[in-house]
Amino acid sequence: MNTVTIEARKDGRTKPGVIRRVLSLLAGLPPSVLFGGAIVLFWLVTALTVQFWPLHDPLALAGRRLQPPSADHWLGTDALGRDVLSRTLHGAIYSMPIATIVVLAGVVIGAALGAIAGYVGGKVDAAIMRLVDITVAFPPILLAMTITATLGPGIVNAAIAMIIVWWPIYARLMRAQVLEVKEREHVEAAIAGGAGHIRILGIHILPLCWAPILINATMDFGQVVLLAASLSFVGLGATPPTPEWGSMIYDGASRFYSWWIAFGPGMAILTLVLGFSFLGDGLRDYFDPKSQ
Amino acid sequence: MLRYIFRRLIAVPLLLLGVATVAFFLSQTTRGDPLSAVVPERQMNNPEIVAAAKERWGLDKTLAERYVIYVSNLARGDLGTSFTTRRPVSADLAERLPATFELVLAAMTFATVVGVGLGVLSARYQNGPIDHFSRIFALLGSSLPVFWSGLILLYLLTVQLGWFPGPGRLSAHTPPPPPITGLYTLDSLLTGNIPVFLESLHRLMLPAIVLGWSVVGVITRLVRSSLLEVLGQDYIRTARAKGALEGRVMIHHALRNALIPTLTIIGFAFAYLITGAVLTEAVFSWPGIGSYAVSAARALDYPAIIGVTLLGSLAFLLANLATDIAYGLVNPKVKLQ
Repeated sequence: MNTVTIEARKDGRTKPGVIRRVLSLLAGLPPSVLFGGAIVLFWLVTALTVQFWPLHDPLALAGRRLQPPSADHWLGTDALGRDVLSRTLHGAIYSMPIATIVVLAGVVIGAALGAIAGYVGGKVDAAIMRLVDITVAFPPILLAMTITATLGPGIVNAAIAMIIVWWPIYARLMRAQVLEVKEREHVEAAIAGGAGHIRILGIHILPLCWAPILINATMDFGQVVLLAASLSFVGLGATPPTPEWGSMIYDGASRFYSWWIAFGPGMAILTLVLGFSFLGDGLRDYFDPKSQ
Repeated sequence: MLRYIFRRLIAVPLLLLGVATVAFFLSQTTRGDPLSAVVPERQMNNPEIVAAAKERWGLDKTLAERYVIYVSNLARGDLGTSFTTRRPVSADLAERLPATFELVLAAMTFATVVGVGLGVLSARYQNGPIDHFSRIFALLGSSLPVFWSGLILLYLLTVQLGWFPGPGRLSAHTPPPPPITGLYTLDSLLTGNIPVFLESLHRLMLPAIVLGWSVVGVITRLVRSSLLEVLGQDYIRTARAKGALEGRVMIHHALRNALIPTLTIIGFAFAYLITGAVLTEAVFSWPGIGSYAVSAARALDYPAIIGVTLLGSLAFLLANLATDIAYGLVNPKVKLQ
């Protein structure tokens, strides 16, 4: 500890410099990124550490049934006497990974197919884009419900269904980007220089295509959280007694005199969706000032 | 123009066939055994009953045979028989469609009126309190899960304040009006039954507000930004220089042009409303397609789920088509090809 302070004093630019640089970087970001980022960070930390928090067991009886909020149960208890606050916070363990997996898989599948469609063109392009057209012809929740019902209710199947619903967005975005970048002069130069297809696509085209996809993906996180909760709400996602936000709200729906059962999970969804949309909005303004 | 409409119209059945094919093969790869949905548990050991059920529901045929039967039935408007209601799915859907249509129509009206109103006000008083309020209102609407905002508003406005009646289209004691269009509000008005009209309107309001709120945001944002763009143009300055009143400049000169891009959002809003209707109906016990879909999903009633999905996709495709055509008609700068 001592050596650190002495070192810092000897060379004023090292230790405090790092902190100052981080702070000035943060200060340079738009406030919406900071606000959204803080909310998302809170839920991320919650998802990772909530097991160690001094909370009631989310699955066990913690007090009398259907108690309104009190000092012991800040958000009350549900019909089985479980602590709503604890269940709400534990919900992050399911929602955060589902949203991450669905968005990541959607981006990877969509971007790969979109890049191939845009770069190869012709029949391959037509085939992939017809598949996209058919997928987006379904209203998202109905397609997700059909697929999940088919595969059997459960979190994993709900996630698979959501990936199938989600990839076409990124395929379209990626294809449009690739089509545009493909015509630029530096790509022509690379072709003239004798570069192979993989090199052209990987080094000369794709690096210029990511920005809009990443911004969209950030904003989509919130929508995925909403869709996942909706699927659980209609009984196709998480199954009881899993403390998943959508199915918790369903528990509350049949007893809306005990408003507190649904209040916590709803606020959790709301804050997370808001957080992601602030973050995505801010990132867009930061990376693409034209869109303002 | 006509050629464009024709080409787009041809694409609709092709896309629907694609959708139906996807839906069919999805339903065939199911892990849950559809037999268990139609044969009671204790009859499963009885080979006669199982065989009869297989024949009755076509489960003894090959996949290809079933696909051909399915598509030719679809072409005749036959969506199969629901496992749970034991009635043709198309009859179930036809019976429930008016309720959903009424809800979506009311929600769309609410969203358009409030969305355009807030958009105009927040462009007129840019960065003022109204602008900030409308931004928060819009953001909340698109971030709130409708099945939660519906519950909370039911609790606050119905249970606590008593401003709105409980769930459902009409109370159990009120006989529904004679079906003309199937929309309770319109039918009761047509037959001059004012008390029923008022009750059905009153019960329609809360679900429509909850559902419409979810798309207010996109409309407000678009009206605001396109209005701000139009207001910066020369002919607006000319109109003001001539001494036109501010309200007239706003409505007559600016809003007319600013509303063109708003048309594009209608297809999108409609898609959103279908999604939202499924969940809103579940919360408000609204006897439409949405609550039918939810109970079908809970019972793993595949013919019903797929029927709803096909109908939803058809509505979706037609709404997008109508939006594109309307956009081309209103805006001469857009060339449809």
